[in-house]
Amino acid sequence: MSEKTITLEITRQKDHDTAPYVETFKIPYRENMNVISALMEIRRNPVNAKGEETTAVAWESVCLEEVCGACSMVINGKPRQACTALIDLLEQPIRLKPMNTFPVVRDLVVDRRRMFDSLKRVKAWIPIDGTYDLGPGPRMPEAKRQWAYELSKCMTCGVCLEACPNVNSKSEFIGPAPLSQVRLFNAHPTGAMHKAERLRTIMDDDGGLTNCGNSQNCVQACPKGIPLTTSIAALNRDTTLQSFKDFFGSDQNV
Amino acid sequence: MSTNREFFYRKLHSLLGVVPLGAFLVVHFMINYQAVQGPEVYNQATQFMESLPFLLVAEFVLIYIPIIFHGIYGLYIAFQARHNTSTYSYLRNWMFRLQRTTGIITIIFVAWHVWDTRIQKALGAEVNYDMMADIVASPIALILYIIAIVAASFHLGNGLWSFAVTWGITVSPRSQQIMTYIAMGVFVIMSFIGIRAILAFV
Repeated sequence: MSEKTITLEITRQKDHDTAPYVETFKIPYRENMNVISALMEIRRNPVNAKGEETTAVAWESVCLEEVCGACSMVINGKPRQACTALIDLLEQPIRLKPMNTFPVVRDLVVDRRRMFDSLKRVKAWIPIDGTYDLGPGPRMPEAKRQWAYELSKCMTCGVCLEACPNVNSKSEFIGPAPLSQVRLFNAHPTGAMHKAERLRTIMDDDGGLTNCGNSQNCVQACPKGIPLTTSIAALNRDTTLQSFKDFFGSDQNV
Repeated sequence: MSTNREFFYRKLHSLLGVVPLGAFLVVHFMINYQAVQGPEVYNQATQFMESLPFLLVAEFVLIYIPIIFHGIYGLYIAFQARHNTSTYSYLRNWMFRLQRTTGIITIIFVAWHVWDTRIQKALGAEVNYDMMADIVASPIALILYIIAIVAASFHLGNGLWSFAVTWGITVSPRSQQIMTYIAMGVFVIMSFIGIRAILAFV
């Protein structure tokens, strides 16, 4: 009786400073597996394809329904979430690599801190705190809410940064995800009160909006189908107008 | 005001590529095309250009200074990219890569071309049909000229597409799609004008 197996070739790395290496695993096949359950199987029995005992492969995952972005990794060449990568739909051997646009912590775990720092830099929130009750904010038109909702699906997974040829060690480029969040929060009627501030951040800081080279890989790679390149082009328009207002002067500075 | 001029430099780089450099390339190719009608017509056209007042100032302001800035800053941009067309073989990613490749080809060619023509003129040579005919008498030079004409035409055509995005003119995917067609139309037309013109010197 021949038992069906799944072969995984995993690019592993002990820590950030050690060289990566590839280790192959063969695990028994079960129905309806995803890459996460395959990695769990390796953790249960950390023996590689040569039959040697090894350490369990490290990875991250949280929600298991493609809304948290934690399990992003490069699967058969493309960055995506491991939870929605179904084994039955993948070509074997399944090649897993960390998204090494980010610092690799260990094996498939990367540090996406730069994205969260970027969200802080661009103030990707609606400031509503005051010393007294500010009351209800202005209403948002339904048509605008609908496209803004698409932008709000961003889970900071890092796939767009991994796919971008201009996000690398030679460039400071902030990347598509935080830029699209600028458009999202500028679209909100209360968030728009800080529109100029957000725009100036992506105009004046290192690696801002103009570092985009329009390869448009991000919009193809985004697992949530966010119109990232439309956001970038819309911000190009907004920052162009903002720069004219700032230079020539305007009575309306928002 | 911030001290970071990157936003300004990038926007300037994009603008200079269209005005004056793109406009200059179109005029340059059109004058070259006069050679199709024979050496006399071409010589008349070049003599007319040389007879323009304030020519040297115009050359510096409209051609040399913009091309030096666009070229040097463009090289800086080109070498920042880490190309990944093998993983993401989408049309626009190829355009992104080709824009940088054709830019590098064009700037290297321009250095040689300026040395061979404008600097020789400054050293006393006469710019006319025979000068170009002598240059492209060598098949290698002719091939390099054709490669550079195609590269510069692509760089201008696709550069118009990027210009429209960079300045926030084409925001919607549909407008960007139509701009792709226009950009490729410019590429084909400019390549045709340029190649037909250079072959008139053979």
